[in-house]
Amino acid sequence: MPLNIRIGFFLAFRALRRASLWTTGLIIGVMVLTFLNLVVVSGILVGLLQGAVDAVRTQYTSDVIISSLSDKKYIENSPNLISLVDTLPQGSVYTARYREAGVLEANYKTRKETDKPNTASAVLVGINPVSEQAVTGIAGSIVEGEFLSPGDYDKVVVGGYLLKQYFPVETPGFTTLENVRIGTKIRMTVGAVVREVTVKGILKSKVDEVSMRAYMVDSQFRSLIGRNDGNVDEIALKLSADATPESVRDALLARGVGERAKVQTYDDAQPKFLKDIIATFNMLGTAFSSIGLVVASITIFIVVFINAITRRKFIGILKGIGITGRAIEISYIFQSVFYALVGSGLGLALVYGFLVPFVAAHPIDFPFSDGILVAPLDSTFFRVGLLVFSTLIAGYIPARMIIRKNTLDSILGRN
Amino acid sequence: MIETKNLQRSFKNGDVETQVLKGIDFTAGDGEFIAIMGRSGAGKSTFLYQMSLLDEPTGGEIKIDGHNTHTMDESERMKFRLNMFGYVFQDYALLPELTALQNVALPLLMQNHPKKSAYAQAAGALERAGLGHRLHNLPSQLSGGEQQRVSISRAIAHKPKILFADEPTANLDNESSRGIMEIFQDLHKHGQTIIMVTHEEEYAKLAGKIVRMDDGKIISEVINRG
Repeated sequence: MPLNIRIGFFLAFRALRRASLWTTGLIIGVMVLTFLNLVVVSGILVGLLQGAVDAVRTQYTSDVIISSLSDKKYIENSPNLISLVDTLPQGSVYTARYREAGVLEANYKTRKETDKPNTASAVLVGINPVSEQAVTGIAGSIVEGEFLSPGDYDKVVVGGYLLKQYFPVETPGFTTLENVRIGTKIRMTVGAVVREVTVKGILKSKVDEVSMRAYMVDSQFRSLIGRNDGNVDEIALKLSADATPESVRDALLARGVGERAKVQTYDDAQPKFLKDIIATFNMLGTAFSSIGLVVASITIFIVVFINAITRRKFIGILKGIGITGRAIEISYIFQSVFYALVGSGLGLALVYGFLVPFVAAHPIDFPFSDGILVAPLDSTFFRVGLLVFSTLIAGYIPARMIIRKNTLDSILGRN
Repeated sequence: MIETKNLQRSFKNGDVETQVLKGIDFTAGDGEFIAIMGRSGAGKSTFLYQMSLLDEPTGGEIKIDGHNTHTMDESERMKFRLNMFGYVFQDYALLPELTALQNVALPLLMQNHPKKSAYAQAAGALERAGLGHRLHNLPSQLSGGEQQRVSISRAIAHKPKILFADEPTANLDNESSRGIMEIFQDLHKHGQTIIMVTHEEEYAKLAGKIVRMDDGKIISEVINRG
């Protein structure tokens, strides 16, 4: 080991060993907080959206979603496609959905002639409750009543965003149903067909595509929309754990599915605004992290500067007895890196030993998502590297400033 | 051997320039024990700092064993200080976080001595100074006299050519001061060159030569035959 490094380590080790526990604890505490600022703030920002993305994947698109082309009313030759999906080795389960735009109306029995009808525009969806539950598990989002059963007749599950008591938003042009409870009869209108149905359950999710819909059993829905050819509008495909959505998408496209349907992974299906927000939050996270990094650097700079100023006489003595400036600088660098590494180590233990599992088990209840803490190891270690590097520089500069001063002036405390 | 010619040192404070050393010609031979005396402000410590390469003169030259220090850069001066000189400061100048043994071993480690031999040499120096039982004590756990003996041990452990001492007894009681001077005398007997600044006649008389300074000049050099 080069001599300067050896002497630098010798001095740093002794200085750290004899340092006041309180001061060392304080500096390490600042480093832990800085580390958390670097990792957790951006992790929560990204996790807020990741929670939304994960929820859309879990409750709506699943791993791969096949939907009708924009110029088609439904997926043509759906039975053939479903047979193909059935044969996919990577596919574990799927759910096929019928989907039509429609209008729900409530309170029509009590409405006076002069009253405006209480209606809400909705996406009406016909599902096989068993398949849907197997793929998306949306029955778990039922907040009142029950989820659909295969034998249900004229029963509907309504998304919470269609009901005023769950979504009390007064946006011009947007209306919700009032006084709708379990057992309430509402009218469902699709084109010219009107049917009276009974609310069996109310479903509330932070995924708009789930909460803005009304669900009924597919056999009932087919008769409502008059479609008996087996063609569906959406197929959500949940893959086995070892399959990747991209490989299945590509396999389906290779089989020509793209000519009659849109095949997307959950990632492809994310709305553009969500992708933009993710990119924005990533930038914000990076900005906050950069500020955190600057704050950490300044903190270490001040700590080392004060330390070096108060020890200026001893630095002078060291130089006086022939210890090189480089060895003294290295001792301060070692001390700074020690603080950064211990702070980061404690931060890592806190993040991965406690915060990540805790937030995963108890997601943060944001208005539009259940936020998780996203802290991928590679990016975290990159941030640790940045923190250590910036701390190293922040430790070096003040040490260098003091060491460059005249040796005798340092020993005598002259300016 | 140290030789200075027309050595000058001035300090600037704004527009005011104060000449502290006003052209000193001086020679110290190998193995000499020289005491530099003078009133406060006479320039004796400043003179010592120039000779010991802790400071740079503003004029004149210093030759040490024929090397002109004027041409040395800071790194060479540092090497010179490490290998050729030992320092004893008035306030001991020990590093508070290092034990007595580590304080003494540090210059040896910087000279690239193996750790084991550096510590053995340092322990030997401390034992000779009567501190064999204090090797692992921190400076704060030692008396003033003991700290100064650690400082002397550090200054001589690497067998320097010249030992510089700046008022080494100024902060000590009489008994401790006498102990320190006995060490200096013993070192001198063994051929160590010592240049010591002091304002105490009693201790100056123990040196082989007494140099008196006033107003930045040497006013007398007296060989002590006692």
